[in-house]
Amino acid sequence: MSAQHVEDRGLLRFLTCGSVDDGKSTLIGRLLFDTKTILADTLSAIERTSSKRGMTAVDLSLLTDGLQAEREQGITIDVAYRYFSTGTRKYIIADAPGHEQYTRNMVTAASTANLAIILIDARKGVLTQTRRHSYLAKLVGIPHLIVAVNKMDLVDYDQATFERIVADYKEFAAQLGIQDMRFIPLSALNGDMVVDRGESLNWYEGPTLIEILEQAPAAQTEQAESFRFPVQFVCRPHASDNPELHDYRGFMGRVEAGEIKVGDSVTVLPNGLTSKVKDIQLYGQSLDKAIHEQSVTLLLEDEIDTSRGDMIVASDEVPAQTKQIEATVCWLSETPLSPARTYWLRHTTREVKAKVASIAHRIDINALTQESATTLAMNDIAQLTLKLAQPIFADKYTDSRATGAFILIDESTNNTVGAGMITGV
Amino acid sequence: MLRIAEKAFRPGKFPFPLMHIDTGHNYKEVVEFRDKRAAELGERLIVRSVEDSMKRGTVVLKSENESRNKHQSVTLLEAIEEFGFDACIGGARRDEEKARAKERIMSFRDEFGQWDPKNQRPELWNLYNARSHKGENIRAFPISNWTEMDVWQYIEREQLELPSIYFAHTRPVVMRQGSIVPVNVPLMNGELTNLPKAGEEIIDLQVRFRTVGDISCTAPVESDADTVEKIVLETATTTITERGATRLDDQTSEASMEQRKKEGYF
Repeated sequence: MSAQHVEDRGLLRFLTCGSVDDGKSTLIGRLLFDTKTILADTLSAIERTSSKRGMTAVDLSLLTDGLQAEREQGITIDVAYRYFSTGTRKYIIADAPGHEQYTRNMVTAASTANLAIILIDARKGVLTQTRRHSYLAKLVGIPHLIVAVNKMDLVDYDQATFERIVADYKEFAAQLGIQDMRFIPLSALNGDMVVDRGESLNWYEGPTLIEILEQAPAAQTEQAESFRFPVQFVCRPHASDNPELHDYRGFMGRVEAGEIKVGDSVTVLPNGLTSKVKDIQLYGQSLDKAIHEQSVTLLLEDEIDTSRGDMIVASDEVPAQTKQIEATVCWLSETPLSPARTYWLRHTTREVKAKVASIAHRIDINALTQESATTLAMNDIAQLTLKLAQPIFADKYTDSRATGAFILIDESTNNTVGAGMITGV
Repeated sequence: MLRIAEKAFRPGKFPFPLMHIDTGHNYKEVVEFRDKRAAELGERLIVRSVEDSMKRGTVVLKSENESRNKHQSVTLLEAIEEFGFDACIGGARRDEEKARAKERIMSFRDEFGQWDPKNQRPELWNLYNARSHKGENIRAFPISNWTEMDVWQYIEREQLELPSIYFAHTRPVVMRQGSIVPVNVPLMNGELTNLPKAGEEIIDLQVRFRTVGDISCTAPVESDADTVEKIVLETATTTITERGATRLDDQTSEASMEQRKKEGYF
């Protein structure tokens, strides 16, 4: 069974969100267990722990509770990443805790996911936290949602209960503008409709959870994006023993959006000079083109002075060069945001100093209403205007995730304190 | 990791040196491979040794036979200070171990090299915060999200050369507490280490290493996979985790990796 003979559906990164008792860890454990990802020694370790705690069945949630502190407290305190593979597709699960105070963890986990599973307890239906998780998934731009109604075993696998929850959720999702969503009833505990169909949900004719995951589009975006290439490193080998490299000047980085071909016209920001792509290189080989997420070296026809933090873009689709941005910001730090202070703003490979010009409003993510604010505490989400000491080359987050996102860094502690999505430039 | 660095920086040189913390109890094949590969790449190799830390008195073994594995942290921190490194790039992966599942790609360590799992910098999108003050240090793990299978598939695709002990070979071993423990292993100076204990029966077994570290704490698995292709197949069908049967240092307690990382371990 060599990899070449199996259909390769690429990598899917997804996020699971649910409240403390929705059975999220159990669902992940079930996915790993039923896809035979859990190996014998891990299983015997959790069997030992389960029986030490006086449980009769194996507690699958123990698989994801990684750190000693949370094993002792029995809760997940931070984002954990899990890996499994079905043979056709590789998966990375970001497991974000569901506590009220962990908005920041969910935003963190969501930032790299292209699908989210929203867990609902069948006994409780759509709750405030369901709304919060859905809002955050939408905010961070996750294109696909799966609404999983779990614990169906505790409502006698009742179809009417499932359908009522689906109707409730749809009503709320319409308000948020969520479009791509799938609904599935399941029991993570018993394994119904996760990987195997089971015997208890025969009225449900849709695909199992794993079937939905296998077929989900892996790309973060299906829309055509403009070419964006933040320069990470300028390669000037100065090799005295190799005259061919004497004038070599390669711009190294990753295609963060769009694609580029040899001969394309590009503009280098901030100086605004234009040139054409002479060569695209990867480890000594020349490529005709480079696509989204590919890391390559670009050589230009003209000698242009460029350094790390600059951006090479398509000449006909130049982003805004701006020293002021509107953004939705999630505050991540225990130290509140201070409008009097200066922060580092990191956007692509560029770092500039930033200051809050004004806070338009804070969003109450339970009621989804706007309220006025003069500062932000951890887990707050707000609409801000930021002033920058140097220009950045920005797109709206909804147009390009990579060039529309930024983080804020505390100048004195160097901690990452805020996550931002550009809404206006 | 070296191939990734080549892809990132060629035709230029790496903008960093290579470093190995040598416990003095490393497999000869691995040490020879290290020197050969560094020379082929034409990159600078720094080796700092736990034995030098022992001479300085900064590492004190409880007994002569104590594993030097966890003491690498001391030598590593000394080397970081000696060269003033603000970042070290390592090949650790999140799928190796529970405590590593929550590790960041850019992991911040304080002046004492300590990892604080409850106070890590959030990592969003692919915007990494590598800022640190003097004396502090970032441990960067570029292949955090790779699995053991990904590594072997990459080795297969890139046709990478490896030290011979990653492939099936016959060597003398004893069975100790359920693990296969290599014995009479020759060191670089010709001395033998990991001598069998009294009463242990030495058998010649066909084995390969899935993970390689200090001789005193890495155990091989029984295997006849002598090519990368066969190892990929074996990895797809294995029933034991990578570190499960092979890392004697992780078996002390469920949290031993976490404990070592808090003390500055990679």
